[in-house]
Amino acid sequence: MEVGKLVAVIGDEDTVSGFLLAGVGHRTANSTNFLVVKPDTPLKAVEEAFKSFSTRDDIGIILINQHLASDIRHVLKDYNQTIPTVLEIPSKEHPYDPEQDYIMTRVGMFLSGGG
Amino acid sequence: MSGNQRENAFPTRQVLQIYKKKAKGAQKGYDLLKKKSDALTVRFRALLKQIYSTKSSMGDEMKEASFSLAEAVWAADSKFKYKLIDKPMDARIRVRVQNDNVAGVRLPVFEKMTDQSAAAAEAYGLARGGKEIEKCTKKWTTLFENLIQLASLQTSFLALDEAIKVTNRRVNALDNVVIPRTKNTIKYIESELDELEREDIFRIKKVLEVKRVKEAVERSEFMAFQDDAAASSAADQANMMNAYDTKDEDVIF
Repeated sequence: MEVGKLVAVIGDEDTVSGFLLAGVGHRTANSTNFLVVKPDTPLKAVEEAFKSFSTRDDIGIILINQHLASDIRHVLKDYNQTIPTVLEIPSKEHPYDPEQDYIMTRVGMFLSGGG
Repeated sequence: MSGNQRENAFPTRQVLQIYKKKAKGAQKGYDLLKKKSDALTVRFRALLKQIYSTKSSMGDEMKEASFSLAEAVWAADSKFKYKLIDKPMDARIRVRVQNDNVAGVRLPVFEKMTDQSAAAAEAYGLARGGKEIEKCTKKWTTLFENLIQLASLQTSFLALDEAIKVTNRRVNALDNVVIPRTKNTIKYIESELDELEREDIFRIKKVLEVKRVKEAVERSEFMAFQDDAAASSAADQANMMNAYDTKDEDVIF
């Protein structure tokens, strides 16, 4: 039986709670797959969480709030693994801004440039 | 840039055959790769459109889901979020990575996997708000499913992008470097072979000529020898005659 990969979440309280309700959350004695980022969470912690999630091979997708993604843009910029894949999602306070999303900018480039 | 370069080949007929085969192979490879690149690009374009529309609509979905969460919190218990976060839990839904194949490129695709063995949705120890919580759960689950799809599109996009780059690089390499070089090598070998043939013909002609000259010389020498021999025997005869002609006192006539 194949064990599926987890979906990690880095987001504000509401985002994480929502996904935990859906059943995404996984917490064991030595690891979790989510990080609740509060206004007083240091940027380093967010970076660390991202780095550790991206190097674990039992995680398939990393969901991250867009405003947090912008905060650690310097780490994301150099990220080029296929698995786990990074998906930027909007949050309650920060609605979706396509210009910040790296993927969308490239899509836009292709659509407008290449047609 | 690489228009006149050729490989260092020893010009023989066999080597020429080898290079002709290489040229054919390179041409075939180029055609195949071009086809592959075109197929990938088509799939890529379709993917772009999908991603764009999905991501844009996802923003709205997220808003709805957040709203429903706020509702649930309001209806139930403001601390319910913390309860949620602090409990140990097993992920009830995970994702499975499948490999989709497009023109030989493996694209990862995510599929939702429900882990039935994990602890089912327990009551969160709340007296009220169960209905809102249920509604909220549904909303977030739907959002999650759409997000998985989006993630699949995204990874496919990135993988295809990379594959197209690599393929195009090879196509260009074949077209601008390998094929011209091989063609130049073939031209060089053919011209060398022609040159050698011409030299050969020239050499053979020369040899024949030398032989002919030699023969001519030999014949003329032989003729000269014969003449001499005839002349000297004639001279001898004449001398013998002369010997009789000298006045001999004893001869009265």
